[in-house]
Amino acid sequence: MQRHFDDQLKDLHQEILKMGVMAQEAIFRSIEALKSRDKAQAEEVIANDRKIDGIENAIDEQCIDLIARNQPMAGDLRFIATALKINADLERIADLAVDICQRVLELVEKPLLKPLIDIPQLSAIAQKMVKDSIDAFVSRDSGLAKKVMLADSEADQLRDRVQSELINDYMAKDATTVDRAVALLLIARYLERICDHATNIAEDVVYMVEGKIVKHHSDDL
Amino acid sequence: MPNALHNTIARPVIEVRKLNLWYGDFRALKDVSAAFRENMITAIIGPSGCGKSTLLRTFNRMNDLVEGVRTSGSIMVDGVNIIGSDADLIDLRKKVGMVFQRPNPFPLSVSENILFGLKIHGLVSERNELDAIVEKSLRAVLLWDDLKDRLSKSALSLSLEQKQKLCIARLIAVKPEVLLMDEPCSTLDPQATARIEELMRELKRDYTIIIVTHNMQQAARVSDEAGFMLLGEMVEFGATAQVFTAPRDKRTEDYITGRYG
Repeated sequence: MQRHFDDQLKDLHQEILKMGVMAQEAIFRSIEALKSRDKAQAEEVIANDRKIDGIENAIDEQCIDLIARNQPMAGDLRFIATALKINADLERIADLAVDICQRVLELVEKPLLKPLIDIPQLSAIAQKMVKDSIDAFVSRDSGLAKKVMLADSEADQLRDRVQSELINDYMAKDATTVDRAVALLLIARYLERICDHATNIAEDVVYMVEGKIVKHHSDDL
Repeated sequence: MPNALHNTIARPVIEVRKLNLWYGDFRALKDVSAAFRENMITAIIGPSGCGKSTLLRTFNRMNDLVEGVRTSGSIMVDGVNIIGSDADLIDLRKKVGMVFQRPNPFPLSVSENILFGLKIHGLVSERNELDAIVEKSLRAVLLWDDLKDRLSKSALSLSLEQKQKLCIARLIAVKPEVLLMDEPCSTLDPQATARIEELMRELKRDYTIIIVTHNMQQAARVSDEAGFMLLGEMVEFGATAQVFTAPRDKRTEDYITGRYG
């Protein structure tokens, strides 16, 4: 029997997907703004965050309402619990894109410190991880979710490389570069945090699909 | 929210104002006010003896059958106060039909059950028109495919779920506006209950439904608006999502979280 509840779950699925697309777009545009030193683009991403916050609240309400009114069990319950958590991760991802844009607004006021190589690469990893984690959610693919979890160490390594380069080659040698180097270092840190949120989403997807909590046990995969 | 398609301007079909009802010395309803809106399912919940069934029965004046009943206040149905002595009860009961806890089909055939109301309301039409009404009514309650070859069989041979759906079809045949349901699923198993709930969602497109239930989960699942009654009072009345996630009254909270009593 087709349940009215199934339609409601489909709606929730769509809303999470929408949130995922908006978060991905925010990261993409924040890095575009950084690369092209585009102040207007950065400001737009910052302004757009309000919309994402609004959707987050609506999804939270939707989930609470579904739990209160339908007493979901088993797979339905795991789906709604996962949606609640993914929702929070996506909102944080969008916030981190805003943080990147705020650093961009500082950087565009000053001369270019260095050509960007590692940060765009780190951003590509972050975007792929977020995309794959959302795809894993949409297609209930725990195999893809596990791949996302494994990609996180690559992001950590890249962040470390950016950090040591900025400290050793710039800050330690020339004090006038410190403010710009710190801004870039923070951006690398934000991107790495985005990867962490994508990892969280992936872990939640594994729980949703398999009913197994893999958080903090990634070695056992 | 997509699942709370809440038409805030839906007109009230039944509007209760300051309704009091006494059974002899016992005041069963205390200043109850509430509006039941068109094409919505409104649930009334509350513990046994809180007055919810009494309230439901006032909507088609079924309490008249109880001796020593007195009422005050007003119940407007389509703008007419049905409390007054000049209310047309035949017309009212055609407009506002009731489904009971135990399915109560007449010991007649499936078709005769459906046409019974038409006959007593003097709405009997041509033979082929009657067939169309039987089919339409059974389709409306999703029974047509099951029963189309058993129309002349006794309604008493049906399953409980089919009997209950037949009782709903019997009401629909006389084209009511409001369906009152008093614990319509309490004798049914969970699967049959789920199917009746889906049916209610279908029916609310064409009718206004008011359901009284002990089953809070059912009220939460199926209703758009909900009222909580306690000791004859309407303690809280509002959107179901609000009542079940953030009730305003502590007594509602205690009841729906199972802390009451």
